This record gives sequence, structure tokens and C-alpha cells, in this order.
Amino acid sequence: MTTAHHGTSHTGHGGGHGANRDRIKVALTGQKQPTKTVLSSLLAIQDEFHYIPNEAIEETAQFCNSTANEVWSVASFYTNFRFTPPGEYTLDVCWGPSCHLMGAQKILKAVQDKIGLDKEGETPDKKITLRYNTCLGSCGLAPCIAVNHHVTGRVTAESAAQLASKLLGQ
Amino acid sequence: MPATFEQIAEQAKARWQALTAGKRPWIRVGYAISGQAAGADGVFDAAIAACNQQGIEAEVTKVGSLGLNYLEPILDVTLPNGPRVFYANVNPDEVAGILTQHVRGGKPVTARAFAQQPAGATAFDGIPKLADLPEWKMQVRLAMRNCGNIDPHDIYQYVASGGYSALNKALTSMTSDQVLNEVKGSALRGRGGAAFPTGVKWSFLAPSKAPLKYVLVNCEEGDPGAFNDKGILESDPHTLIEGLLLAGYATNSNYGYVFIRHGHDLPVNATRRAIQQCYELGLAGKNILGTNFSFDIEVAFTGDSYVAGEETALMEAIEGKRSAPRFKPPFPAAFGLWGRPSNINNVKTIAYVPQIVQNGGAWFKSIGTQSSSGTAIVCLTGHIKRPGMYEIPMGLTIRQVLEDIGGGVVGQKIKLLQTGGPLGGVLGPEAFDTPIDFDAMSKAGAILGSGGIIVGNETVEVVDLIRNLVAFCQFESCGKCFPCRLGNTHMVEVLDRMCRGTGRTGDLDLMARIGSAMKVGSLCGHGQLGYNPISSALKFFGEEFKSRGQTGQKPLGSFHDGSMILPTRTRP
Ligand SMILES: Cc1cc2nc3c(=O)[nH]c(=O)nc-3n(C[C@H](O)[C@H](O)[C@H](O)COP(=O)(O)O)c2cc1C
Ligand code: FES
Repeated sequence: MTTAHHGTSHTGHGGGHGANRDRIKVALTGQKQPTKTVLSSLLAIQDEFHYIPNEAIEETAQFCNSTANEVWSVASFYTNFRFTPPGEYTLDVCWGPSCHLMGAQKILKAVQDKIGLDKEGETPDKKITLRYNTCLGSCGLAPCIAVNHHVTGRVTAESAAQLASKLLGQ
Repeated sequence: MPATFEQIAEQAKARWQALTAGKRPWIRVGYAISGQAAGADGVFDAAIAACNQQGIEAEVTKVGSLGLNYLEPILDVTLPNGPRVFYANVNPDEVAGILTQHVRGGKPVTARAFAQQPAGATAFDGIPKLADLPEWKMQVRLAMRNCGNIDPHDIYQYVASGGYSALNKALTSMTSDQVLNEVKGSALRGRGGAAFPTGVKWSFLAPSKAPLKYVLVNCEEGDPGAFNDKGILESDPHTLIEGLLLAGYATNSNYGYVFIRHGHDLPVNATRRAIQQCYELGLAGKNILGTNFSFDIEVAFTGDSYVAGEETALMEAIEGKRSAPRFKPPFPAAFGLWGRPSNINNVKTIAYVPQIVQNGGAWFKSIGTQSSSGTAIVCLTGHIKRPGMYEIPMGLTIRQVLEDIGGGVVGQKIKLLQTGGPLGGVLGPEAFDTPIDFDAMSKAGAILGSGGIIVGNETVEVVDLIRNLVAFCQFESCGKCFPCRLGNTHMVEVLDRMCRGTGRTGDLDLMARIGSAMKVGSLCGHGQLGYNPISSALKFFGEEFKSRGQTGQKPLGSFHDGSMILPTRTRP
């Protein structure tokens, strides 16, 4: 039972477009479940790259016997898909109602101040991608944040800011 | 040659015997999402390291969650033939010490132990029994009976706890109609929100002679504040799989999907592993347990989308499309996934089925209330002393749940509850004598829904909380019906200015008009119920709503420093 740590090795820039296409094909054909769809294919590609590279739209359309239009419509709908490489660490801050009542806004503010962002996105050094999350599924330990999907509960503005500066390498 | 059920049960019994009454102690760490979030990783690693260092030969197991979130991380130790002793809020630094004294010395660290489960008559002095704790005593654990007790990745532990005997019973001694009748007789109602009678729903699907029919299990669980579906899957996935197989048998279906949001690795991995083990032992696939019943199961994923939990949107997502709801009719039992007859149930609904088949529908119906049989699995969060996931008989009052189980409010006093997810409602203290029961809750102006109960104390600003809920609904509208997409956006705008102290006269009427347009103009509950948070709050906190937000007032709640962070999004 491990969580997905995407650590440091996923810049996704390595190799030319041809290399990307090969990796995409491996991700597409490597899907183990019997039912393979546009959505399942996009999820498999995002698992591999941590974002959806441009070429993936075409490849997915071909693999699923679909169209680029259809694939784009799905990819742009689900909020977990992204189209540029994320930072080294993805930091999710929950703003769901349980966390909201337990101080999520203060935590968001503290994190934003620490990493110098005022909205979702990447820090300039690409260390951290900040995301707002609607519920991290651990509401009994609210307020919660997560680093690369690994949830930490009972955080305070101070502990969240501390964690953020650790991720920044400070 | 696949094993017979008797052979599987025999194996399971031998393994369980070795685990609890063999030579080695059994050390369990609660390792569900809640455990992890509390730091169970460190505790588990420390337990392994301590065993290695001290030469302790023990079985160290990651189990699911007991539901006692406020006590996590939880470590428990069972010496061979001895009581099971639970340690709460364990710090990795103290693990080695606990194991030295308890395992090597044979004496529990009484001061750190919060409870024990005696082994027969054997109990330690000075440690309360788990069954005597108020938050445990009032529970009736049916769907959660194994949660936190067994390794969710080990099918034999599930079988040793009575698992798959209901399936065996059904396949060897009951017709599919008889199974369906037990479920009808149990008066089980769906736990996914709408509380529709499950047996009735199944009987829409059962007679169809179509060659391919689906049973879909809904674990989208997008409601913030609810984590019981994922909680069951990560702690005891086989309960769900057994229930799904029984649902397949009762409705003469042949294919099942468990639908989960991508990224929740613990429940996803536990479920996939459980399915794989079933195939290996002949409990899934062709000719299950050597009978004529064949049923295939797989896990299907959705991306992040709340509306994907709506039954027809869910089918769209499994088909790989945008999760927008379909027009009904036709209903899923006639035209469902890929146009084939389908049935959809929530995880909790299906998780009750093994016990219903094992003990009979009448037994289940005898638990709970007249209109809502069985138990409710509630998630207590917010300003409450004992946040967690508890399985209680239907009919306890809200007050009993808050005080006896939840241990009371954190702060001066409870001001409000938010129940049933963001489309549910808000309740004030006047309603706390309402019994937890589908009909009583909706009469009081909220819904039981998926079981989330979020507690707010006197510091909570109602308008600020409602804005948070409506912002969620805005963010999650799938966009298909414009009254929902635009209505939610407009309501957030209004609530925002109320919170900022720049509200306008007539804002409440404006929201009421938007709400009624959403109700008639939306295909699914997301738009239809979108005004619920506001209407229910007005019922209990009308004065507060009316007195807030006028221009010139100071900003409210989380807006106090003027820096509210508000994610909004419209799906393209
Ligand atoms: C916007 C929306 C979201 C929903 N999300 C869920 C969900 O996450 N889980 C769930 O079981 N039911 C959800 N439902 C209810 C389902 O449509 C459906 O009623 C339910 O899964 C049926 O299962 P049951 O009969 O066992 O309750 C949702 C409904 C709506 C309108
Ligand atoms: S509301 Fe924050 S984890 Fe659920």
C-alpha cells in the first residue's frame, strides 16, 4: 500500500517528441483493466507523465478509435487533468466544509504567503504546484493538506508553512 | 481445480488460529487514510524497526480504520491467547518502549492503553474494555464489523471472520429470487442519498432477459465531510465484493463495476487486490464456487468530478465520457451502461447485503426504525471532540450522536450541523432531538444522505459556511444545464458580497428566485437541490442571514481579513 510519490523524476521534458510518443503508447497499451476508454487512457497517461502532453490527445484518439475533439472534451472536463508539467511537489490544501470550519483559510493564506503565490499554480522555481482540493477524504483529521497525494491531518498555519518551506528546500 | 468453500474456510481458520493463538504476537497499525493522515507511516516503520532491533518475532499488519479518528494513529498488540490492547495517538518515538514492555515483558503499558478486547475471560487490570467506551457501546457494527480488525489485503482474514459464507449459502441453497426476497424483506434503503428501497430497485433489473446486465457500485463519494464509502473499501473491501456478487446473483446479472475516483490509492488498491484474490480462489469469474453462476468484476475510475456520482453521469464516466447526467427516462434498469440494463447502488448499501443474506431480511428489519431499517454510518467532523466514522442503529437522536458518541462540542456550544453533503442542509439546535432516520431528517429540513455530519460551534458564521457550500456546488456543476451552471455562479456572487459586507437589499429574494429556476431547470440533483443549503439555513438562521451582509457591515468569518481565497471554475 504505497501512495503515488512523483518525487523528482517527472519533468517530462526528456527526449524529443518521439520519445514522448513511445511512452504514451506504453501507457496506453499497458492498461490492465478490461475496459479501456478515453477517460481511462487519459488517466493512465497522467499517471505516467503527471500531465497530459500534447501528443497524447492524438494518440489517445487513435487508441480509442475516437476523435481529437472528443478526447479534448473529456480532458478539459475533469479538473485533475493538467496540460503542463507540475512542480516537483504537488501541495493540495483542502477547502471542503470540514476543513473550512477548522481553519482552512488560514492555512491556505499561510502557505500562499510562504511560497509567494496568490492562486493555484507553480512556484517560479517549479518546486511546488499549489492546488485547492474540495476534500482530501480525511475530514476527521481536518484541517488537511497533502503532498503528492499523501495526506497530513491536524495541520496548523504554522505547520503548513513549515512544510511548504521544507518543500522549497529552505 | 478451484477450491471448494469448505477448503477455503479451513485454510482461513488455520491461518487465523496461527495469528491469534500461535507463537507470535500480533501487532496491528490502523493504516487507513485517516491513520496515514495522523502519522501511521511513522508508527508502522517504528514497529518494524523495534521488532528487528529487539529480536521480536511478531506479525506486524497494516489494518484499516476502527473509525476512531480522534485516537489515531492507533497501534494495538495481541499476545498469543491474550487480550487485544489498543494504544492511541501513538508517537513513533514511544513504539519501541511500548513493545519492550508489552511484548517482551508481557505487561501492557497501562497508562498509554485506551482500551482492550479481552480474550475470553482473560483481561488486563486497569484498562477499560472497548465495548464499554460510550462511543463504541452505542454502535451496531454491521457493514463496519471488520473495519480496523483485519488486513484488508488478506482474503483469508475476511473468510475467518465469517466472510463469503453468505455467498456460499446463496449459491448452494437459495434461488436468486429467494435472495432478492430477503433484500426486499430487509426494507434496506439506498445509502447514496435518495434512500430508494434497494429490493425494489433490484426487482426492476432481475426479470430482464438481456444477455449482459450490469451492477454498478458507486464509490465516487464526492461529498466533502463523508468518508465512509472509501472507509469501507480501504478497511474491508471483501464485504463490498461479497455484497456485489450477491447483488449480481439476485438480479441475474453478469458484470460488476466498482466506480472510484482516481487518486484515492488506499481504497483503490485494496479493492483491486480483493477482486484479484476472488478470481484466484474461484469466487469471481466463471462458475463461481463450482456453480452455474458467473460474474466478472472490475474497478472503473472517474477523474475529479462531483457530478460523476449521479447515477447516469456515472455511466457516462465508465463509458469514458464527460460525466454529465443523462435525461431520464429511460431509466438505468432498461437502458444503462452502454445501453444495457443496469443497477446502481452506493458502497454502504451493498456492504449490508452479505449480513442480510446470512441472517435474513427480517433480522435486518428488526434493527433501526419503522421507516429506516438497519444502521447509519455517520462521519462526525468539525467542532466535535471525537471526530470519526461510527455505525449506529437508525433512530438514535442527533443529540445522542453528538454527545454520547461525539463527546460534545469543541468550544462553548454547538451552533449548527451541516448534514448530507453540500446539497444537504443545515440544522440548528432546535432540531437536535430529531432521530437519525431518512424521513425524520428530511422532515427537519436536512438529509441524512451519505452520513456526513459536520459540527459548527458558536464561532461559525452561517453565511460564510453557506458560501463555502455553494462555492463547492458552483465549482462542481458539470455545466450541462445552464440554470445550474449560471445559477450557482450567481448565488456565489451574492453570498460573496454578503460576506464582504457589500450586500444589497433584495439579495435573499434574488437567491430564492435563482434557486427555484435551478430546481425546475436542471436534469439532476446537483441543480435541483442547489438552493437547499440556503433554504435550510434560512429556516434556522433566518435572522442571522437577514442581519448580515448589508453594505457597510464588517466582513464575515473567513473574510475577516479581507483575503478570502475562492476557487471558482466553469467547466468548458
Ligand atoms: C450530484 C450528485 C452526486 C451524487 N454523488 C453520489 C456519490 O458520490 N455516491 C453515491 O452513492 N451516490 C451519489 N449520488 C446518488 C446517485 O445518483 C444514486 O442515487 C445512488 O448511487 C444510488 O445508490 P443507492 O440506491 O444505494 O442509494 C449523487 C447524486 C447526485 C445528484
Ligand atoms: S473536507 Fe477537508 S478532508 Fe474532507
